[in-house]
Amino acid sequence: MSLPSDQLIQIAYIAAIALFILALKWLSSPATARHGVLAGEVGAVLAVAATLTESGVIEYRWIAVALAVGAAIGVPLGLVHMTAVPQRTALSHAFGALAAALVGGAEYYARLPHLTRFEMGEISLEVIIGSLTLTGSLIAAGKLQEILPQRPITYRGQNLVSLLVLVAAVAVAVALVIRPEQTRLFPVMVMVALLFGALLVTPIGGADMPTVISLLNSYTGLSAALLGFVLNSKVLVVAGALDGSSGFILSVIMCKAMNRSFSNVMFGAFGQVQAAAPGTKEERTVRSASAEEAAAILASANTVIIAPGYGMAVA
Amino acid sequence: MWSPEGGHKARSYFAPDEPVKEEHVPSDFISNLYVFVLAAFVGFEVIRRVSPLLHTPLMSLTNALDAIVVVAGIIIAGRHETVISTVLGAAAVAAAFSNMVGGFLITDRMLRMFKRSKPKQR
Repeated sequence: MSLPSDQLIQIAYIAAIALFILALKWLSSPATARHGVLAGEVGAVLAVAATLTESGVIEYRWIAVALAVGAAIGVPLGLVHMTAVPQRTALSHAFGALAAALVGGAEYYARLPHLTRFEMGEISLEVIIGSLTLTGSLIAAGKLQEILPQRPITYRGQNLVSLLVLVAAVAVAVALVIRPEQTRLFPVMVMVALLFGALLVTPIGGADMPTVISLLNSYTGLSAALLGFVLNSKVLVVAGALDGSSGFILSVIMCKAMNRSFSNVMFGAFGQVQAAAPGTKEERTVRSASAEEAAAILASANTVIIAPGYGMAVA
Repeated sequence: MWSPEGGHKARSYFAPDEPVKEEHVPSDFISNLYVFVLAAFVGFEVIRRVSPLLHTPLMSLTNALDAIVVVAGIIIAGRHETVISTVLGAAAVAAAFSNMVGGFLITDRMLRMFKRSKPKQR
């Protein structure tokens, strides 16, 4: 090859990005859905392989171990029973969010002495989103698995408390942007963001969890894109933006399909209407399941705890 | 140590003696922002008309694609700069890769079930 390897790597990234777009595109129609998964897989392999050959990557032992551990966790997670898919997705998503938060932290500590404020702002935002998504996903998984109570947990002044926690996280982030050297503040910011993630999802009922997971997906996409800005990696920016917008619009679509107000789900605590909803929901599920011939999946999904959500997603 | 632009006031207030850092928005940021905005619209348009049957598989696929963060983990762990960044990076690689592997696997399994029931449909 006459092309320098750096350019080859970039071409591989571009191909990966194209494949990601095709994956999403093909997955929107039943006839091509399986090609979509294949395209996504090839794109992911391409992106990972290209990254491994980057000139900046010099140390492979840790990465090899990490990939092996990741595969060892991921394969069993991919082989769970179909009825456990929603909580699996939430749990798996928690891992993704954990990764996003960890990478942000790693980048902070690696660059610390010469970190510009601009980079600090990007990293702070990225870490806050990653952290709140982590606990949010864990709570979602817990609710779906019925480890935590499924009903919305609400109390007086909840919105205020959640809002104050968010404000606190942002305040710490601002302090860090002003003086990135304050290493003690970094873990504080992470903790506060983790707390906010938990507070964000706790008030939301189990039936709305699929929407919440999709929305959290979109948050992780956003944090991946932010990482792309920090690391100046276009493949991260594009994949993150794709995920961010598609996850967001998917959760809006699912809300519409379920006849739920998107803002109610998003700002769970505001959703006083939620308590009234379940009764009407289940009828819709039945109707929609019979309407669609391919209800095999959905029928199996109907035996899951959160089944009403899925049925409605179809309606 | 501080320049007359307004944005630099905070520095003179809080830490007049710290070394000067690059304060302006890097040009890479702007080109990345172009890419970000365009990609966001692509994501939006591509998903907009998704068949309702595919909401769950699609959710699980976007979940797998989120794991692209693995790329960032590899870059950071592979640079081998400081112990802490290498360890955090490697942990991120493990977490993201599990998400990626599991996500694709389950999406594929879901769609395989779906395909079997399709012939009856037509």
